[in-house]
Amino acid sequence: MKNATTVTTEITWYKAGTIKDVPENGGACAMIQGNQIAIFNFTRSNEWFATDNMCPHKKQMILSKGMIGDISGEPKVACPFHKKSFSLKDGNCLSGDDYSIKTYPIKVEDNLIYIGIKE
Amino acid sequence: MKNETQILVIGNGMVGYKFCEKLKKKDPSGRFKITVLGEEPRPAYDRVHLSEYFATRSADHLTMAPLEWYAENNINLVLGNPVVLIDREKKSVTTFSGDVYAYDKLILATGSAAFVPPIKGVEKDGIYVYRTIEDLEMMINQAQKSKVGAVIGGGLLGLEAAKALLDLGLKPHVIEFASRLMPRQLDEAGSKILQEKLESLGLSIHLNKSTSYFDGEESVTAMQFADDTRLDLDMVVVSAGIKPRDEVAKKAGLTVGPRGGIEVNDTLQTSDPNIFAIGECALHWGMIYGLVAPGYEMAEVVAENLINEHSKEFRSFDMSTKLKLIGVDVASFGDAFGAEEGSVAITYENKDKGIYKRLNLSADKKRVIGGILVGDAESYNMLLQMVNNKMSLPPDPEDLILGSRGEGKSEGGNAGVMSLPDEALICSCEGITKGAICSAVIDQNISDLASMKKCTKAGTGCGGCVPMVNDLISETLKSQGKVVKKVLCEHFDYSRQELLDLIKINAYKNYDLVLTELGKGHGCETCKPAVASILASVWNEVILKQATIQDSNDRFLANLQKGGTYSVVPRVAGGEITADKLIVLGEVAKKYDLYCKITGGQRIDLFGAPVHLLPDIWEELIHAGFESGHAYGKSLRTVKSCVGSTWCRFGIQDAVSYAIRIEDRYKGIRSPHKVKMAVSGCVRECAEAQSKDFGIIATEKGWNLYVCGNGGAKPQHALLFATDLDDETCIQYIDRIMIFYIRTAEPLMRTATWINKLEGGIDYLREVIINDSLGMCSQFENELQLLVDTYHCEWKEVVENPELRKRFSTFINSDETDETMAFSEMRTQKKPANWNA
Repeated sequence: MKNATTVTTEITWYKAGTIKDVPENGGACAMIQGNQIAIFNFTRSNEWFATDNMCPHKKQMILSKGMIGDISGEPKVACPFHKKSFSLKDGNCLSGDDYSIKTYPIKVEDNLIYIGIKE
Repeated sequence: MKNETQILVIGNGMVGYKFCEKLKKKDPSGRFKITVLGEEPRPAYDRVHLSEYFATRSADHLTMAPLEWYAENNINLVLGNPVVLIDREKKSVTTFSGDVYAYDKLILATGSAAFVPPIKGVEKDGIYVYRTIEDLEMMINQAQKSKVGAVIGGGLLGLEAAKALLDLGLKPHVIEFASRLMPRQLDEAGSKILQEKLESLGLSIHLNKSTSYFDGEESVTAMQFADDTRLDLDMVVVSAGIKPRDEVAKKAGLTVGPRGGIEVNDTLQTSDPNIFAIGECALHWGMIYGLVAPGYEMAEVVAENLINEHSKEFRSFDMSTKLKLIGVDVASFGDAFGAEEGSVAITYENKDKGIYKRLNLSADKKRVIGGILVGDAESYNMLLQMVNNKMSLPPDPEDLILGSRGEGKSEGGNAGVMSLPDEALICSCEGITKGAICSAVIDQNISDLASMKKCTKAGTGCGGCVPMVNDLISETLKSQGKVVKKVLCEHFDYSRQELLDLIKINAYKNYDLVLTELGKGHGCETCKPAVASILASVWNEVILKQATIQDSNDRFLANLQKGGTYSVVPRVAGGEITADKLIVLGEVAKKYDLYCKITGGQRIDLFGAPVHLLPDIWEELIHAGFESGHAYGKSLRTVKSCVGSTWCRFGIQDAVSYAIRIEDRYKGIRSPHKVKMAVSGCVRECAEAQSKDFGIIATEKGWNLYVCGNGGAKPQHALLFATDLDDETCIQYIDRIMIFYIRTAEPLMRTATWINKLEGGIDYLREVIINDSLGMCSQFENELQLLVDTYHCEWKEVVENPELRKRFSTFINSDETDETMAFSEMRTQKKPANWNA
């Protein structure tokens, strides 16, 4: 069953789950259109972020299990494997490496989480 | 009409690559168009760490920059196509395949080849050089059918090659023509110590040997020496020095030295002003520089002069070097042999520990001019700085190699780095000075090594300067008043000890509250697990109530392994297990297709479980009477034991029963770092208790208690804390030390580091624990008892709690399993496939 709902100009929004599915101040993984997307719930500031689940360092599907937090106010996630950390705003690596991760638009409506995919 | 200058680089080794990197950085507008012609089939890789290829078998791991880097920087990289001809008239080169490339400036970075002495039979199969990844691959193949191998050459590279043979499972012989190992770096005494150390590690070393011929039909089977001795063997690695790759230059009529090498002036220009030579192919005033740092400096000089003509010159370069040979530190710096007239040497030799240190003082005894370190080269960086910056000597120069021998331990002197002048070269690979590092801290707010590497590139080459860079960062921060105390991270202005006290006094039980009341921001991967550990140490509640602040392994109560699966380790107290329980482990492993391995802590690890199956697996294990082994936690791991007096005919105490009692007492207690224990039933010490945080060894009268040891990267023997203790007193002391450690250590600090940093060391610890000098012992005991009384098996809690169980799913919106997890087979069991693919 496809979950495609609203279509704006070029982004298609896919339902990923309910807000209860993602732990407070933590992350979880959803399968969207065959891609593993990591979803992060910053309960303290009521912000949500979505990125690729794959850490580019060792190409592991893992980031949703990483610890989230901030560095000088910039929201980030640290990979559980080797603690490479990535900005959740632009996906850049914050621990000195050259790779980055892809970020996705995310929105919450009526307790449902939607991920935006550019078609 | 274009204004581009065509730069053609011949050679894509470390120095050739570095040249491209440096020129690109200096030329953001792209005035220079770079083409690189490489002979090898792959992009430049780190030859300094070539031996790591044996461990990783991955060329990617050694690659300096991926192919994309060249593309992104608009560099045309042509690989596997050696240059055969330089036409200086037409300013073009021709490659083996016949392609022609024009240049305005030509950079020769052709490097060197292994020098192979013309010994009879050297062309036979089974004889290799140690230079490229292809050489290594051939060695690996040959090693599979070989038992004995020899390395010709006892220099730096030869010993590296011998280590490679050792790692490949061969018995290596080192054949050296000179009368000692590493003749260029070490004196007689230093070589002798190194030799003894290497021999104890399984190398056979033959000095003063000259090879007459290689024997064998097609393949080599023996070496015959001039002194009529003979060595039967299956393979040989030749590492007798290097030979600059100057053939193409020579053919083009450039001036080369009588013993090879392309002659260059101080701007690295060859006899043709449009052609430059850098790295190991360049001959600078009669000198070939066979190290990477001078090569990088040459790359820097040529790149800089292309941008600003005649702005920089290459000066003779310091050949000081420090390396780890088969686990033995070796360093040689400055005037290592004291060649300067009237110089005086101070030496220290400890044959037992395999340490040799030599310091050469100037004739006026005011300065260090050079020296040699074998077995312990910790002071290398500082000594080299003293030489290079002509710093004056302390009143007792021997302190420099012996350490100050007053009361207590010296701090290793990291305040010393601040006394260096600003122009002191800290990272010689990248040419970064102390001034540059300190100003990065002050002006660009750099406060950690990773950002420093990114900002200045310091420490990204050989990595030898990293300890110094770290010291400089922390000392500069200190001088800025930025870190007056060890705070946890940017979110908490408290040390771990302060935080623990505050959490206890205020009865805070969850991280969110702690962050709101005592910290700021969202927290991070440093403070979350640190606070989680404190909360568990103080309150001992189920940690998964706050799953998202737990570290990788704690979050799913299992050990995260390659490929994203987890491993499962049930507790097997004291290593004692019944046949029935072994059968259960086997059945569970079979049912869930898990890889089995016996751990170092006398239990069984089951690998390869996807996260969603962990609760099912544990349900079965708990049903059979197992409980969590906390292999995932910073907490007690195992209490290893020997079989003790019940079975062993030498045993004098029942080690197994005592180990089980100890393990049951301390299991599940969370501490700043993992804690390992062991009990040996007699002085033979089969449980290796002296390498543990707590080691207990039987005596005729009771137990000797050893504390604060560990294995790992920096092994440290446990220290004898008290002798001939009865069962109860021994446990009482462990109780007290545990809590004292939990209360005062920094995050992720093992007991060994803790005691090293504890002022007063083991004597002070005895005062606190045995003589109760702080008056805290009864409180320590009560706190420990609370942890014992509140013990719970974390896995039992999860298995019985549907809410917690639900968290062990792969996806929130699908019941699919992670299809990216792939396995292959090895020795009939499964293993993860495609790590780092």
